[in-house]
Amino acid sequence: MTEIHLTGRAAAPGLAIGPVTVLRDAVAKRTNFGDPAQEAAALKAAIAAASADIAGLIATVRGEAAEILEFQVAMLEDDALAEGAYDAISVGIAADHAWRSALDAEIAGYHAADDEYFRGRAADLIDIRDRVLAHLGGEGTVATISGDSVVAGHDISPSIFLAVDWTRGGAIALAAGSPSSHVAMLARARGAPMVVGLGPLPWNGQPPALALVDGDSGTVVFDPEPETLHLFEQRMAAATAARAVAEAGRFEPARTADGRHIAVLLNVAEPDELAHLDPAICDGIGLVRTEFLFEASQGLPDEDTQYQVYRRILEWAGQKPVTIRTLDAGGDKPIPGLTVDGESNPFLGLRGIRLLLARPDVFRVQLRALLRAAVHGSLKVMLPMVAVPSELERTAAMLDAEFAALTGQGIACARPPLGIMVEVPAAALCAEDFHAAFYSIGSNDLTQYTMAAARDIGAVADLNDTGNPAVLTLIARTVESANKRGVEVSLCGDAAAETRLTGPLLATGLTALSVAPVAVARLKAAIATVGA
Amino acid sequence: MHDANASRATDSVAPLTASAVLVNEVGLHARPSVKLTQCAKRFAGAIELALAPDGPWTDAKSPVKVMRVKAPKGAMLHFRATGTDGKAALAALIALVNDGFGEA
Repeated sequence: MTEIHLTGRAAAPGLAIGPVTVLRDAVAKRTNFGDPAQEAAALKAAIAAASADIAGLIATVRGEAAEILEFQVAMLEDDALAEGAYDAISVGIAADHAWRSALDAEIAGYHAADDEYFRGRAADLIDIRDRVLAHLGGEGTVATISGDSVVAGHDISPSIFLAVDWTRGGAIALAAGSPSSHVAMLARARGAPMVVGLGPLPWNGQPPALALVDGDSGTVVFDPEPETLHLFEQRMAAATAARAVAEAGRFEPARTADGRHIAVLLNVAEPDELAHLDPAICDGIGLVRTEFLFEASQGLPDEDTQYQVYRRILEWAGQKPVTIRTLDAGGDKPIPGLTVDGESNPFLGLRGIRLLLARPDVFRVQLRALLRAAVHGSLKVMLPMVAVPSELERTAAMLDAEFAALTGQGIACARPPLGIMVEVPAAALCAEDFHAAFYSIGSNDLTQYTMAAARDIGAVADLNDTGNPAVLTLIARTVESANKRGVEVSLCGDAAAETRLTGPLLATGLTALSVAPVAVARLKAAIATVGA
Repeated sequence: MHDANASRATDSVAPLTASAVLVNEVGLHARPSVKLTQCAKRFAGAIELALAPDGPWTDAKSPVKVMRVKAPKGAMLHFRATGTDGKAALAALIALVNDGFGEA
């Protein structure tokens, strides 16, 4: 057997070796017993097994995710869900067909709902349907994926990802998928190497036994020759040793070889990420994405819900600064009931601050929650996708008005400094014209808008390079503007965690980088080599 | 707030009824449906709900059926209950709805 090399795109860094587990479609072939009583028993067992799967998952997640899973269990345990399926089985229909038809009818009912929220529940019903089908198929069930394996398939759903214990060294290799998918974000946060966009996986019937995944370069080798395997094992050993050294330096302040102190801040996508982290590893939080609050299934979050979450994050950080970004919806982050559907080019449309200013009802609630949370720590508020100074000025006026209103009502609050995300080239070129309290460079969007190349379009992905001189020039210009105005500047995009860019980024004069918690040790180690 | 008083005496054979307005943000969605059915299942008698005083009636102990009702925020929920614990069941359900399912 010859080894198969596939090149895709890196979605989560790291190296892994593992036995291959192929993800199967839920429509696995199964044998019909041809006997209604046996078919009914098979369905009953599959429903019970699916219910047990989810119950097991609930123990591993918290908050919103747990509540949605509890809902799925309640639905599965309700005989009314399978009623139609049992009726069909009694007249001779196979269990899998009967279940699929019954659930598809139920799902169609949700799709047809007037209410956005109820339409959104169709995804839960699809999840339920596929879990039961997987058990009926009797193979490739989600419960059987071992955490040390390389999971290969077309794409992977968040619920399957969450069911695997990734601390055991497994990895993901996908024919399709995207580095900006929800699963890719989860994989980076949990340290599971992931490569996407490999193209059709080239085997029929017998899948490969072993795979090597290089989540740094975006390559996968199936059924490696002994020599390839040996070289890869050596690389892994070296990487593990380097990581051990880096981990040891995790609590040390970051310094370049020539002694410059660099602030290392955290990017936080969900407050749960902070639960097991020691604030001592960082100099503060450089970016809290607030989209998670709005992606939740409960509709737009109210002021108190937001306040409680912001307060929790500020209290975790103690006196260290926390930069919270106001809602950055639109573009690749649609939010039902808020973002505009069907824009011809959503990345150039009503997103970020543009959408917030168009929806002052939603924006005000978030600003009030932030004003109230500000008394619990050192809060800074950052606006996404700002292109012209008037966007900042209009927001400042709204913030002042809400501050006055809260103060007038005798509600404890404080006015946080208001800064901008620099991710539109216009803002980078004219940064000095903004009366911002600070700048935070969003290198993902700044790169794609400068290079006119999206990260998730494979054919142009090589152009999407933050290391390009044009992008670095805009970053340097922003840093220079910040220095002239005497305000802080940091960088919070994915480029901050790409250690090949640490040197070029620090050469622009940046002294603060913000990365996902999992990248802190790696970044500090990379900083220590700069200027040597 | 709506009157949670049962409209009939407890010893009557006819079902007891009560109603309340859904005050929570997105209506009778996943979590409230689960809470409502869990509450209903604590009682022995049959409990049903509807969006109109004359039905159609839905089994309030089935989350699948309650979700099919897709009751939006602001909807008036009507309940009817039979059995010896019907009065207590209605009181508990109305309290739950008026409380916005504890998420207001």
